[in-house]
Amino acid sequence: MRELTYNEAALEAVAEEMRQDTKIFYMSTDPIPPLLKEFGDKRIRATPIAEGALTGMAIGAAGSGFRPIVDWRQVTFAFVAMDQIVNQASKIHYMFGGQRSFPIVYRANVGGGTRLAAQHCQCPYSMFMNLAGLKLFLPSTPYDMKGLLKSAIRDNNPVISFESNRLLARKGPVPEEEYTIPLGLADVKRAGSDVTVVALAWLVHEALAAAEALAAEGISVEVVDPRTLVPLDKETIRRSVQKTGRLVIADEAGPTAGFSAEVAAVVTEDDATFAALKSPVRRVCALQVPIPYSPGLEDHVFPDRKRITDGIRAVLKGPKPAAAA
Amino acid sequence: MAGNLSPDKQRQMLRQMLTIRRFEERASNDYHAGKIYGVVHCYIGEEAVAVGVCSALEPTDRIISTHRGHGHCIAKGADLNRMMAELYGRQAGYCKGKGGSMHIADFGIGMLGANGIVAGGIAIVTGAGLAAQMEGKGGVAVSFFGDGASNAGPFHECLNIAAAWKLPMLYVCENNGWAAQTAAVATHAMSDVAGRAAGYGIPGVVVDGNDIFAVHQAASRAVARARAGEGPTLIECKTYRQRAHTERKGQPDPRDQAEVEAWLQKDPLTLLERKLKAQGDLDDAGWQAMEREVMAALERAVAFAEASPFPTPEQATDDVFAA
Repeated sequence: MRELTYNEAALEAVAEEMRQDTKIFYMSTDPIPPLLKEFGDKRIRATPIAEGALTGMAIGAAGSGFRPIVDWRQVTFAFVAMDQIVNQASKIHYMFGGQRSFPIVYRANVGGGTRLAAQHCQCPYSMFMNLAGLKLFLPSTPYDMKGLLKSAIRDNNPVISFESNRLLARKGPVPEEEYTIPLGLADVKRAGSDVTVVALAWLVHEALAAAEALAAEGISVEVVDPRTLVPLDKETIRRSVQKTGRLVIADEAGPTAGFSAEVAAVVTEDDATFAALKSPVRRVCALQVPIPYSPGLEDHVFPDRKRITDGIRAVLKGPKPAAAA
Repeated sequence: MAGNLSPDKQRQMLRQMLTIRRFEERASNDYHAGKIYGVVHCYIGEEAVAVGVCSALEPTDRIISTHRGHGHCIAKGADLNRMMAELYGRQAGYCKGKGGSMHIADFGIGMLGANGIVAGGIAIVTGAGLAAQMEGKGGVAVSFFGDGASNAGPFHECLNIAAAWKLPMLYVCENNGWAAQTAAVATHAMSDVAGRAAGYGIPGVVVDGNDIFAVHQAASRAVARARAGEGPTLIECKTYRQRAHTERKGQPDPRDQAEVEAWLQKDPLTLLERKLKAQGDLDDAGWQAMEREVMAALERAVAFAEASPFPTPEQATDDVFAA
């Protein structure tokens, strides 16, 4: 099968959908050259650096029958559009009694590894998970990127496509044939029986590397990639943990009220899954700090395969005995 | 002054202004009676702006409103029954009881919603203007907002982008002198919001917002310019919020009573009524009949609202996502 980078897969998804539906147009502060070349400057619009305006304009255009895509580029810039995201886009369908749908895709890069320091290395997706009315996904492979982004463009709701900075240039197989991946469906990236690792984006690859190394020791690790954050595929996560009895959650974001906390709750709130647990759930997250610049500092803040491995070993040991009273 | 507006059209404008006035008096009354919840912001005193502008539009044109939105809804042709049912929090309301006074929308008539965030609607309706431009059918979009919103970022961002792209937009600033409980003079360095248009290279027009024909004329010129592909216009309508920021009792109201009295003398509804009478296009009997008909329509709206069931609690989870 041919290989594309994660970024190329996303562009292919946009281009394919734009060819099929003339109501789709794209707004970004800098147009992407191949899209501009194919679709022209009316559908690939170069905008002022005014993300608040773009984010809101997409809502009005969507409510008027178009299917806009807004490229925030880094999620950092979404924060200047927060009113339009939080007060408008996420609520407008519900608040107006469902009288119109608002098909919008917002694209935003997330994650570290780029040495760009605190404002440009962020994983704030849990802030958006907290809103009702937005769908969110964060793929780990070019294949998933293309299939999910195509579904998002066809979805009749505001969807945020979170895209990992660390994976943009990473290659993977993408078939020539048309396909989509439904939002809300997790993918078991590696089957195993001893421990479940739920991981996102780059950490899926780190978890797979950890699993491969541990296989040599006879430890069987299952890696579950939720892919979509909202709606979250709780069933696949619970089914996996019911099988393995142990859960490690790996997330490039900090732990506080994060995606990892949500997954832990999904597992522990469910009677059957809770009953299957042989060990406390373990989270492997970034440190709860703004992301620092200097390489040694940044690398220390983010989790990696070594910390995932440590987490797996910890849950295999089971609960520590309670201290004597 | 009335330009080429037919007497029928002028009477229709008067009727719409009167409908807004009486609708809000009823809403305020029912709010204090506990039948309407949350908050009600009255547009009373500013009716000539919504009606003057919307009477220059086609049904397919799109508008967006503010937290003070009843007037824009009625001027764009919204159904009083469904409006009142929404205020009453009922299933038959425009938003199925999910929105209330601050969030009435009717996309079917090009009313893209009242909006509870000051300046929150400006970008949304600018997107509707972009949609109109892309549709290529000569449609226009109108952003109604207050003097308070003109100090917020979206005003600047959107006027700039609309000017740069020559979007078919009207930006209608309803300068009612007060941003909630803060006087506009305390937060504006320039006396005219319209003066800011120069910074975007678009026309900026100041009109007497209580003179409906002046508003209509300015809006008509701006609509023609927008339909011709020449881009947006900023229209500042100098008007006055005759009531406090909201209908809630006991809130601070720093408006000077003499200022209120002076503006009451320029009440836009009374001005239009007198003009039509002076022109010979309305007599006392006609005016009284109009009053009766408007009041009857409101009684029907209240009856419709009261007959509509409240949403069931389970409906709280409906419509979070579209199918």
